[in-house]
Amino acid sequence: MMKSTLSVTTVDDTARIARVIAAELRPRDVLLLTGDLGAGKTTFTKALCAALGITETVTSPTFNLVHEYVGGRLTVVHCDLYRLERTGELDDLALDEARRRGAVLVVEWGDLVPDAFDDALVVGFEHAAGDARTVTVSWRGSNWEARFVRLSDRLQVGTTT
Amino acid sequence: MTSGSTTRSAVASVGVSDRNASTVDTSTIVLGIETSCDETAAAVVMGGTDVLSSVVASQLDEHARFGGVVPEIASRAHLETLPQVVAEALERANIDVSRVDAVAATVGPGLVGALLVGVSAAKATALALDVPFVGVNHLEAHLYAALLDEPNARFPMLFVLVSGGHTLLVEMTGHDSYRVIGQTIDDAAGEAFDKVARFLGLSYPGGPAIDKAATRGKDTAIALPRAMLNDGLDVSFSGLKTAVINHVRANPHVSSDDVAASFQRAVVDVLVHKARRAASLIGANTIALGGGVAANSLLRSEMTKAGESDGIPVVLPSREMCTDNAAMIASAGWYRLRRGEVMGLDAGADPNLKLGAGQR
Repeated sequence: MMKSTLSVTTVDDTARIARVIAAELRPRDVLLLTGDLGAGKTTFTKALCAALGITETVTSPTFNLVHEYVGGRLTVVHCDLYRLERTGELDDLALDEARRRGAVLVVEWGDLVPDAFDDALVVGFEHAAGDARTVTVSWRGSNWEARFVRLSDRLQVGTTT
Repeated sequence: MTSGSTTRSAVASVGVSDRNASTVDTSTIVLGIETSCDETAAAVVMGGTDVLSSVVASQLDEHARFGGVVPEIASRAHLETLPQVVAEALERANIDVSRVDAVAATVGPGLVGALLVGVSAAKATALALDVPFVGVNHLEAHLYAALLDEPNARFPMLFVLVSGGHTLLVEMTGHDSYRVIGQTIDDAAGEAFDKVARFLGLSYPGGPAIDKAATRGKDTAIALPRAMLNDGLDVSFSGLKTAVINHVRANPHVSSDDVAASFQRAVVDVLVHKARRAASLIGANTIALGGGVAANSLLRSEMTKAGESDGIPVVLPSREMCTDNAAMIASAGWYRLRRGEVMGLDAGADPNLKLGAGQR
């Protein structure tokens, strides 16, 4: 598996990564976001939706489990599996149905259900020293294979690693 | 009932029935059904405010029993539990099902599979009884929880909805008029409570656990941010949550009680400050609270104090009516019924339903 690791130190850098990824998105893509509380997953999603032209306020889906945003270049279904440790509604989320409609899935805490998404771009957020974040981008399945080299090049531009 | 034929029309959208408005009165009985999330609930409410029964079966135990992720468990559990819950609501209300004048159910927002269980059951019951089906917005129902005890509260009203999934400041100029004037731009208030509680290793649900721990802590122990305090009516709790996490990581031996108290004070400061701003802006005659966080002791006392000082009555739901229940659905359903807003039996659920959507 190819990996691209980037050090992110500000919200602006998170937004830049989100913009680069947003430009590569196609209907039915899946993005898995991993990382601890406060690591920047929702901040990333806000920037991604903004880059797609979505103007609605993007808020955390932790309790409602699924938020759908229309009005941009692509429909984004933003979901959060954090609560699935307690409430197992994965099939209730109707994510397959959303993908059939062409929506892009942005899944927070997708690592809690590792087998559910076998074809996805994985964006990991980790706390680094101080307020800094380390963002790791990788992929699984065939869907991202061809795009990843270009994506990786674009992600590297302007970063220190 | 003569309105039965109208409710079976082929139009799914909200319609105005031929039911004479004068037939909806203080003796009109609405059966309410709520299945939008974790709770399976049914209730019988007369005249919009007289709660004859309210039964809530939480699925949390059910989920715990399976020890983790069980696909489809939410809809399946609703499906298995709902008939008993409805039967118990009717029994506790001590009425025969034939006394029911309308059936109301949450049509959104929520999980589509979970919503459909309640909506389908409500429509089937309405069809069998030949009474209208009324679709209710879960968010507006939280307001009616507050109005159960204060049905004559005066408009314009500022409705502060604070729950796990929502933090909204809503201007209401009448029963059918909602305008969102402020909201969270990231985490909902209840979500921040739950995540901080979980981070501190407190019990679930996080709201009551923080409320309790805070009584033992010092709310000035830790300096925490109050984001966007003087910037519009929107709120933000994500930075507060991160500040708590950073503080605890840097000070691992800090007292959880002090963290809980300082965190709770920060959330309440922001909510009360924004509510006062909003109330003044819209010239509110009432401030009403709703949602699970409205059960928080400090928020209740501080909002009441602020109202007293500003001369605006503050309406609080009873604690059991703050969290999800069906009495508020039946109540909101009664008000919609009175306005003639019944739905056809082909109406579906809308998982992304917004406050104010589907109005005339």
